[in-house]
Amino acid sequence: MLKTKAGRFIFQLAAFLLAMGFVSLILLATGASPLEAYKNMLAGSVGSMRKFAEVLVSFVPLLLVTAGLLITFSAGLWNIGVEGQIVLGAIGSVWVLRQFVDSAMPPAMVILLSILSGMVFGAVWASLAGMLKTFGGVNEIFGGLGLNFVSTALTLYLIFGPWKREGVASMSGTEPLPDVFSLPQISDLRISPYALAMALVAVAIVYFILQGTYFGLKIKAVGRNIRAAYLLGIPTWQYSLYSFLICGALAGVAGALQVTAVYHRLIPSISSGYGYLGLMVAMLVNYQAVWAAPVALFFAALNIGSIQLPILMKLDSSLSGVLQGVLVLFVLLTEGVRQRFVKKA
Amino acid sequence: MRTIFARLATMALALVFVLSACGTQPATEAPAVSDEPFVFGMLLVGPYNDNGWSQAHYEAGKYVEEKLGATMLYLDKVNPADRPGTTPDQLAEELVAQGAKLVIFNSDDMKDASTAFAKANPEVFVIMASGDQVWKDGKSYEETPNLTNIMGRMEYGKMMAGCAAALASETGKIGYLGPLINDETRRLAASAYLGAKYCYEKAGNDPADLEFKVTWIGFWFNIPGVTLDPVQVSNDFYTTDYDVVISGIDNPVNLGEAAKLKAEGKNVSGVAYDYVAACAAAPDVCLGVPYFNWGPEYAKAISSARDGSWTSQFIWAGPDWADINNMDTSSVGFEKGPALADDDAAMLDEFIAELAGGLNLWTGPINLQDGSAYLADGEVATDQQIWYLPQLLEGMEGLSAAE
Repeated sequence: MLKTKAGRFIFQLAAFLLAMGFVSLILLATGASPLEAYKNMLAGSVGSMRKFAEVLVSFVPLLLVTAGLLITFSAGLWNIGVEGQIVLGAIGSVWVLRQFVDSAMPPAMVILLSILSGMVFGAVWASLAGMLKTFGGVNEIFGGLGLNFVSTALTLYLIFGPWKREGVASMSGTEPLPDVFSLPQISDLRISPYALAMALVAVAIVYFILQGTYFGLKIKAVGRNIRAAYLLGIPTWQYSLYSFLICGALAGVAGALQVTAVYHRLIPSISSGYGYLGLMVAMLVNYQAVWAAPVALFFAALNIGSIQLPILMKLDSSLSGVLQGVLVLFVLLTEGVRQRFVKKA
Repeated sequence: MRTIFARLATMALALVFVLSACGTQPATEAPAVSDEPFVFGMLLVGPYNDNGWSQAHYEAGKYVEEKLGATMLYLDKVNPADRPGTTPDQLAEELVAQGAKLVIFNSDDMKDASTAFAKANPEVFVIMASGDQVWKDGKSYEETPNLTNIMGRMEYGKMMAGCAAALASETGKIGYLGPLINDETRRLAASAYLGAKYCYEKAGNDPADLEFKVTWIGFWFNIPGVTLDPVQVSNDFYTTDYDVVISGIDNPVNLGEAAKLKAEGKNVSGVAYDYVAACAAAPDVCLGVPYFNWGPEYAKAISSARDGSWTSQFIWAGPDWADINNMDTSSVGFEKGPALADDDAAMLDEFIAELAGGLNLWTGPINLQDGSAYLADGEVATDQQIWYLPQLLEGMEGLSAAE
């Protein structure tokens, strides 16, 4: 029974209920009504078109990053450095935009160039973690974490140094870029259809690579068993590096979109933690591309919906982060429990 | 088999959409009925209970609720480190969606966002604290009918802070815990220096011996890994003979460090900032606190929005010299702390009386940090010269701009 679809469904339902129950207990302990909290989060995320558009603004970078991580996870790599790859994408994008502030080049062309630049910066930054692993024997988790710190330092250096605002030294960011360098939005909603399209196309491409190409098959072979892949004649380190490059490029696009569609300048936390959140989404969907979009959307909705908690209930909005984390833990836990039962049976 | 994991998410999503269809209110809002309480919103850059800048605004909101029978909605920690992925104008819209007819942006960090929000929402009134966007004589004037700037003339408060510090210092070395560098923070640090110099001399010392050093941390409060740690900066001051540290950041962390060192037998003290009750954090080492009292001006502006007499204004409100600590009339005050000795307190009172009587320390000769003349002998600074002070002053140590 445990191996059947229904059996698995019951375990997943259990995980979801356990996560909700756990968060509800936390809420009850603080004297708040869980039902009211969930209701407010719902209304705050999908209660109006405007709010749903905000959810999509958060969904775009999250989906791009998750799509990239599906590739590195498939290759058996923990690309923790994705956060820094987003940051470098943003830096690459701002760098290009700054070059063309007073130029006669059409703004659409400049924006396109800046996104491409973000892509290249993100990919190059990811390749550093890849090369550290391939040629230096540095585990990609440690290499990535180190590079994340370096990317923060680089951002601060640019904000306080070469890109500082006139007469100002503040971590609040660089001078806002001209309005013409913003991606067009849907009427007065903040979401840019171009950004949304890019994210959806990216996840479709990743799905295609992993499911329908020989290239994707090789990446998965490297991820499943690197030694067997090597013996089968797959150039393993090259494929590890390719996966880093693809993930970095997608994270770089996410960073470039944070600049051209959201913040319109460089700020210290330009990556907004989407890299780490993307890691959670990728784990939750068990590295299956087809589920990346719905789960990323759900996480984005939690992010935006939770803003209501401090406004309406004086609760801390980090509750959404707790729910996201707990959800991942319980899903992993119940799957482990299920597999134990399967073995026994 | 592996896809089964993701069903969980499908379920969650389905739940979201089903519940949203049946559980939420229609998004349209009924027009306000006149006898309903006026709702205003406030975006605070730090925690509402930071014992400093943001708490002073929060308390002012409470004051307005009480005086006008209005209702406040607020969101605190509105900064990119605490609320990643959001922008202040987006969060202001959340407050409007909950019924706010007026939104207060409480930080210089939100200046661009407040302008963008005011332009995109002409029917919502906007107060931007500490900004100069609608100052006709200012450098960044932009006509925005629904926006008002409010700021206190904290220059006076900082002069008092500097005076208290100079009177209490035995080493003649004063540290100034600076936030980020901009027009506002330069003129406030400079005002503290002017007050310190004046009182140091008044107490019979040679002002040339006074050392006044500013260290900037990079933002209004500590953001680990991003700013310098203000606790560490305070410690560096106190352990290098700067026996008094004046806080220029959004909370009085210098006091905590002073209290720790005092317990170890070091004779140190500090001056807090922003919030009237800030000394309570460590009364034994607190010389006093220059504070903002936003309540009266917020009450005026909000009441004008409510009764239809709103005009876009730039308000730079000073102390009520009849009683600088009158919470109904004075926008800037100074609360003396328990660590201030009696004779120093008396001298400080004398200084405050002189200021009330017309003493203006922003009178030449005043040179900028690089030695260039800013105000000629006897020349009195204009509001613009004070607001847009381009450098620290001669005699002050520390950066005037980013390197």
